[in-house]
Amino acid sequence: METTASRTGDIDTGRAASGRFRRGRGSSVEGTIVRWVFFGCALISIFTTIGIVFILFGQSIGFFREVSVWEFISGTRWTPILKPTSFGVLPLVAGTLLVTVLAAAVALPIGLTTAIYLAEYAPDRARRALKPFIEILAGIPTVVYGYFALTFVTPQLQRIFPDMIVFNALSAGVVMGVMIIPMVSSLSEDAMISVPRSLRQASYALGATRLETSLKVVVPAALSGIVASFILAISRAIGETMLVTIAAGATPRITANPLESIQTMTAYIAQLAQGEASHDSVEYKTIFAVGLLLFFMTLALNLLGHWVVRRWRQAY
Amino acid sequence: MARIANRFDPRLARRKMVGGIFYGVFFAAVLVSIISLFVLLIQTAVEGLPWLDFDFLTNYMSRKPELAGIKAAIMGTLITIVFTALFTVPVGVGAAIYLEEYAPKNRLTQIIEINISNLAGVPSVVYGLLGLGVFVQLMSLGKVVLAGALTLGLLVLPIVILASREAIRAVPNEYRLGAFALGADQWQVIKGAVLPSALPGILTGTILALSRAIGEAAPILVISGLVYVTFVPGPLDRFTVMPLQIFTWVGRPQEDFRSLAAAGIIVLLIILLSMNAIAVLVRNKYQTRSED
Repeated sequence: METTASRTGDIDTGRAASGRFRRGRGSSVEGTIVRWVFFGCALISIFTTIGIVFILFGQSIGFFREVSVWEFISGTRWTPILKPTSFGVLPLVAGTLLVTVLAAAVALPIGLTTAIYLAEYAPDRARRALKPFIEILAGIPTVVYGYFALTFVTPQLQRIFPDMIVFNALSAGVVMGVMIIPMVSSLSEDAMISVPRSLRQASYALGATRLETSLKVVVPAALSGIVASFILAISRAIGETMLVTIAAGATPRITANPLESIQTMTAYIAQLAQGEASHDSVEYKTIFAVGLLLFFMTLALNLLGHWVVRRWRQAY
Repeated sequence: MARIANRFDPRLARRKMVGGIFYGVFFAAVLVSIISLFVLLIQTAVEGLPWLDFDFLTNYMSRKPELAGIKAAIMGTLITIVFTALFTVPVGVGAAIYLEEYAPKNRLTQIIEINISNLAGVPSVVYGLLGLGVFVQLMSLGKVVLAGALTLGLLVLPIVILASREAIRAVPNEYRLGAFALGADQWQVIKGAVLPSALPGILTGTILALSRAIGEAAPILVISGLVYVTFVPGPLDRFTVMPLQIFTWVGRPQEDFRSLAAAGIIVLLIILLSMNAIAVLVRNKYQTRSED
């Protein structure tokens, strides 16, 4: 649709254009202005990204003047507030990964089997009855999941593991897994639904059972969408904040033991934001350095997820 | 061929039995989600309902649990979301109109589209850092409602854009062609034919995006920290929101404050569920109308 300046010559007043129809497309002054306003709206998303990168880098530079990048990414002690201070981010990364692995262990199998049931097995009535509940699960604020982990799941888990302390990675990880099930299941289900019927019919015609058709025909055909749903859900788990702040503790440490108290990158940012650290201090700038690392980790996963969809999508 | 034949198990009864077992496994997986949801709701209701009364809704925060209420947080959420909507709805719909109706197929458009889908995956706490850096510090707004509202606006902008684009794309092309045939220019076509027909879809997406914003605590926590608010905030006042108030109460060691958190969660979930119900109603009304 061209809206060139040369075509606005036949216009007497721009205001009149809204009242009556005019000859030609995009020929009014109003139309031109509106077009540029909408273009500006679309550009705001670009400015948002630039703003994120600018703020995170800009504030981190101050931090990296006092702490070397190498110390930050390879250090194994994170004690930014306690003396002697140490700024090795690995304990926060380890905590994030531990919770994420636990969440993935819950969400990936359950989310995928939920998707298989909904896409391949469920009769229409069951689907329509079940899906709203899963959608509600997806809409519950994360602070509510935090409350649930701390006041319900942790006490239940303590019956199984009596020496587990109140704030622990296990409870937060399991509840986070439940939280991201809807993400895995809805994206995987979409991928499976878009597998053409003819593939299923061919499989049945060869004598395969419904299970064999689901696992050996539909799932492989929808694999790119399923893998993408896994990646995006993991990215979501890495960036999740309130749940781990409430339930997983505030003890940065490198451990693979889910019964211990840990701290994730996001929980550290949330913890420091609660205090009244001076905006010029080094410990305050740490949240931008940690935020920068978090941003790049999730960005890499999101790009990977979208790439998987594009690269391996079967065109039907 | 021989390999395939070997893998093919001729015992049909056995294969059907395996299929039946897996049917149970698949169904059990669905039940995990639904049972979790119900346990969560029941746990919250049992702990929170005894604390939920009129005073809880109309009292401000207090150090004594029996006197504490959620009024400041409810009003804070309300005013924040109004400003979030004022920012994000026009910008989001405008961007969607541009991308669907105007945008040429070029590199810039492609970059904008990829950028929007990436923004949708940026963690909310990073948006908090953005808001802290840009609105609180660079623009010197301070840790106020407006800074929080703009941050939440940017956070849900990708959702509003994606939902609006889908609604606009669903408008039959005949509507546009018909309007052009009557001599309308591009903007008149959008204003007179596309937007009215896309409006229900846009509205549904917007309501869902705003309910996401209502539930977000992390960006607000990063921007404003924990504040003790005992007044109804204006756009340039310090503030708290419902999920943040709940977070404050969950963090207290006393049992009573956790019950208060549960009561706050009930109020929050009622608000969110009614917004979802409104969105579904709008969608259903629209669907039945387009059928006849």
